[in-house]
Amino acid sequence: MAVTWRKIKPMGERPEILSMAAVNKVFNGQTVALQGMNLKVNEGDFISLLGPSGCGKSTALRLIAGLMHPTAGQISWQGGQQPGDLGVVFQEPTLMPWATVAQNVWLPYRLRGKSFVAVQDQIRLALKLVGLDAFENAYPRELSGGMKMRVSIARALVTSPRLILMDEPFAALDEITRHKLNNDLLDLRAKIGCTVIFVTHSVFESVFLSDRIVVMAARPGRVDRELTVDAPYPRGEDFRTSADYAALCREASAALHHAMGDAA
Amino acid sequence: MTLADPIRLEDAEELKRARARRIEKVARWLLPAATIALAVLLWDRVVVWNQIPHYILPGPGLVLQTLVKDWAMLLDALLVTVQITLMALAVAVAGGVGLAVLFNQSRFAEMSFYPFAVILQVTPVVSVAPLIFIYVENRMVGLLLCAWLVAFFPILSNTTLGLNSADHNLRDLFRIYGATRWQRLRYLQLPSALPYFLGGLRIAGGLSLIGAVVAEYVAGTGGIGSGLAFRILEAGYRLNIPRMFAALALIAATGVVIFAGLSFLSHALLHKWHESALKREI
Repeated sequence: MAVTWRKIKPMGERPEILSMAAVNKVFNGQTVALQGMNLKVNEGDFISLLGPSGCGKSTALRLIAGLMHPTAGQISWQGGQQPGDLGVVFQEPTLMPWATVAQNVWLPYRLRGKSFVAVQDQIRLALKLVGLDAFENAYPRELSGGMKMRVSIARALVTSPRLILMDEPFAALDEITRHKLNNDLLDLRAKIGCTVIFVTHSVFESVFLSDRIVVMAARPGRVDRELTVDAPYPRGEDFRTSADYAALCREASAALHHAMGDAA
Repeated sequence: MTLADPIRLEDAEELKRARARRIEKVARWLLPAATIALAVLLWDRVVVWNQIPHYILPGPGLVLQTLVKDWAMLLDALLVTVQITLMALAVAVAGGVGLAVLFNQSRFAEMSFYPFAVILQVTPVVSVAPLIFIYVENRMVGLLLCAWLVAFFPILSNTTLGLNSADHNLRDLFRIYGATRWQRLRYLQLPSALPYFLGGLRIAGGLSLIGAVVAEYVAGTGGIGSGLAFRILEAGYRLNIPRMFAALALIAATGVVIFAGLSFLSHALLHKWHESALKREI
């Protein structure tokens, strides 16, 4: 089985997998989308990039994804980046409507020249992990919004990447579905020990999911401060209604306002 | 009322809707068939009541008789026209899709050659055809060229649009996963373009028939190997109006069959996933 089941180590003992050092991104020679961003991503981290729109969180994600290159600064993978090191989930499910669920999940392997049969087991396992093993042969249009998002997540983790990038993946879903997917995402992480960078503009979501929150400010886009959420996993509905959670949300919310106040 | 009570499964509104659905199902076939039958009947009556001579306007019965009587000759002509039409359509598909892919892969090729495609499209084929028949020795090739000129553009422009309308996030995803240009074309852009291409194909099917007929009018050569258009011209010179009508009916029927065939092809390829082919539940 090619899916690597990593074990999440306590914070402080996690090996580094990626670092951003003094990364700047300027568009059209005038708009500073990101200024002096430093970030170390360690194996097993669940990092949320939290901030108002225009703070460069999506820019940071696109830089890490290699969709664009920094104007200045360095982004380096520990040990170099290998194919399959990265999984991506966008705000939209971004599935190919003409392909079945299993064929969609096959895509990262297919683009590396692997036949469907050769990676069938990984595809099945990824779909099982997101609870869609019964829908292999369905077409995306037959699925609900939440299920499409699950397919998108299965596709991101099928190669058992070192890092999964998620760009506001649940923003377009309804509250109930979002909560369910948040819970399931944490279960999934506990099972396979994936490392996640999660872009969101929801304080509640970032506190519930992450162990590190990077609060960003706008104009110019930059990191304002970093918070550590030291509530133990597993986190479930009990955590969501606990006083701890409320206190952490207050703290994160204050940090966000600090960042926005600076920008105003 | 408690949850244990049996649920009424139907109400007046639902029954009304079900009835409307049933009626529509029958009417979809019955209405067009009835109107066509009525129109033919009216045509027949107009001819009889006004005692119109058959060399001005033949009745539908006479047209049908002529169709049967001249069947051998008309069938030969039909086969010629159908052959040119289908060959032109095939060449239009190859040329249209080929050019669209070329334009898509190279912006400079598009900038350089797109104006030619537009010029070819906007110049009426009847005005170019005489020249084509001067320069092209082989009559068949000339006919094909004319029909192709008319038919390739909708395929080119639709396929170009389709290739460019692949989802942007999917493009990003393909980049992230290190797709080659060929992989992006094969797995993303061509499937995205399929519905657009099929739309263009349906237009081109009709146009290649028009192109074939018009070209034949211009070419005008008779004898063996002549298509329906030539038979119409010939019958016109001889004031054999019923035969003109019979040939005309065959051309129209051919157009309908081509359109139906291409619509069926489109449905077969798209019904599993594309919005245009989906039935709404309510």
